[in-house]
Amino acid sequence: MSAVVMGAVAYDPKVVTIWDGFRRWFRDHDLDFDYVLYSNYERQAEELVAGRVDAAWNSPLAWVRTDRLARSAGRKAHALTMRDTDRDLSSVVIVRDDSPIRSVNDLRGTVIGTGAVDSPQATLIPLSYLRANGLAPGRDVTVRRFDIGVGLHGDHIGGERDAARALVAGDVDAACVIDGNHLAFANEGTLPRGSTRIVGRTALYDHCNMTVLEPDEPAVAQFGGLLRSMSYADAAVRPLLDLEGLKQWEAGRVSGYDALTTAVDETGFYDADGDVTAADYRP
Amino acid sequence: MSPQPIIDLDALGFDRGAHLLVEHVLGPLAPGDRLTVRGHDPALTVHLRAWARREGHGFEEPATVVKGRAGVDRLTGAVRAGGADPSEIVARPGSTWGLAARGALVEAGGPELHFELDRADVVWADLVPRLYAQALAAQWDPATSIDWDAPVDLPDDVEAAVVQVMTYLVENEQAALVVPARFVGRIHPHFREVMQLLAVQVADEARHVEVFTRRARLRGGPLGVSGAGGRASLTTLLEEPDFSLATFLLSVLGEGTFLDLLGFLERHAPDPVTRQIAHLALTDEARHVAFGVAHVAHHAQTDPALLGRLRLAVERRHAALAQTSGLNRDVFDALVVLAAGAWEPDAIARGYARVQELQRDMDEGRRGRLARLGFAPDEAAELSSLHTRNFM
Repeated sequence: MSAVVMGAVAYDPKVVTIWDGFRRWFRDHDLDFDYVLYSNYERQAEELVAGRVDAAWNSPLAWVRTDRLARSAGRKAHALTMRDTDRDLSSVVIVRDDSPIRSVNDLRGTVIGTGAVDSPQATLIPLSYLRANGLAPGRDVTVRRFDIGVGLHGDHIGGERDAARALVAGDVDAACVIDGNHLAFANEGTLPRGSTRIVGRTALYDHCNMTVLEPDEPAVAQFGGLLRSMSYADAAVRPLLDLEGLKQWEAGRVSGYDALTTAVDETGFYDADGDVTAADYRP
Repeated sequence: MSPQPIIDLDALGFDRGAHLLVEHVLGPLAPGDRLTVRGHDPALTVHLRAWARREGHGFEEPATVVKGRAGVDRLTGAVRAGGADPSEIVARPGSTWGLAARGALVEAGGPELHFELDRADVVWADLVPRLYAQALAAQWDPATSIDWDAPVDLPDDVEAAVVQVMTYLVENEQAALVVPARFVGRIHPHFREVMQLLAVQVADEARHVEVFTRRARLRGGPLGVSGAGGRASLTTLLEEPDFSLATFLLSVLGEGTFLDLLGFLERHAPDPVTRQIAHLALTDEARHVAFGVAHVAHHAQTDPALLGRLRLAVERRHAALAQTSGLNRDVFDALVVLAAGAWEPDAIARGYARVQELQRDMDEGRRGRLARLGFAPDEAAELSSLHTRNFM
């Protein structure tokens, strides 16, 4: 039986349930699969490139870093698979409904709430979007970050939710959240109905992927094939797919990370070799 | 080819239930079919895309949902948990059905829940749904069904006899409460009418415990004696782990015998309160006995060896109690005094004769019920004679 060791970040206790369950399933399908948990994505990215794991279930930011670390080491990172729900996401900038702000241009001089420093969806990409619209964070707008779960690359929803709460409370003038959380916050009541408006929306981007360096290595290829073969009709994996938030594993693609790459470069979050260069980032 | 469907949500947003309308139209469509969504909620396109992604649907700009397979896939391997009607029970429900309603479409997967009593031939009786309906219709409120203010002006010794009998009844009814309560959680919920009937039976006994206690304390005196032999007898009842054997011992033999006892109290009790509560308890107990007989008869039909096990159960219990006194002497005497109603020799003789008659009635009733289960008359008579002297 061939073997694959995968890294995952323990952003929530359910991660153990999910990957324990998948491990059983893989072993039932002749793949000796195991996983190790990391407390943050930075170490996971480093460990993948160092060859201590065969695959890493990466955030989009961890993908960007792994891609750079691999290149720097003369290697190449590949996106083996991704969830159907990792494709074509967007983030929105929202204001209170009674705010005079009608468009992104009106945000000049305001205070904007974001997620954690390392959140692609609630900080890096939306702030890059503002930059592209002529608003430099720190100069044209004041950024108030909600640094919860730093090192988890925004997987912890707390920072995003706090930004939304701060908006409703009047502590910030605008907030940045991912589209799915905007809907979730509306449904759960964090954003009371009719209390906020969307004034800006980023272009579509992609989220997590299963990053590997040796996609053609037989066990890794088998791993990718088995992931993509998982069916929502299979009662053994359906609860795990529900927990992980997908219906189907899709082929990996790397075409949806340009916005984040731009944001990383604009902020100097990582350098070209993948070293962490963000000054105020301690995962 | 029919035109692509369109749903107009008007001002309804996904923060106010728009997904219900979209799902309603998507429902009959096949995976891959498209639905165009219109509306003027400002967040519509943002939320529609996020919702579609989460639900496994495709999305096309500006606002078209491509139905995904998740809804179909989710019910792959789903099975009907029998049918809702009692006539549609299955012989052995699945352990993965868990607490699903009978007749529900059970999604595959999920944890297994093991209910030991999961076979129709061991649990079911066709009479059960009707008995459950009767049980519900016959519920009574102790506060209003009994005239607690009716005059109870008995000589002290007669009152003490009534209190002794009530003390005995409370103890026995507590056993009759605990035994079915222990089985309720072990029965597969597929046989819900059995579960429900036993639950009502437990509630019946709770009420009986209450009214017998209240009658015992009506005049403010202390309660009577709990005999060691009676407690030994009830302990053997609680120790029976087999549902059919426990039902046989408790409901067919024990509560069956109590029908005569309660009828005796209804006829001969010296005060109206005792007569009323005996009558009400008798009505409930008759149902318990009916279930017991129906259940054991049903099981005996499917398992001819059951009668032998029933016989062994009676013999085993008799052997276990051989060294005990059985019925508390205080209870026997109290029944005589209660039925006498006075301390004159003639009255006592009358009371004594009535209790002897009661014991004959009890024996006759037991033999009749045993015969209905399929025991031959001589075997029924023998088993009846081996029944606990404690009655229950």
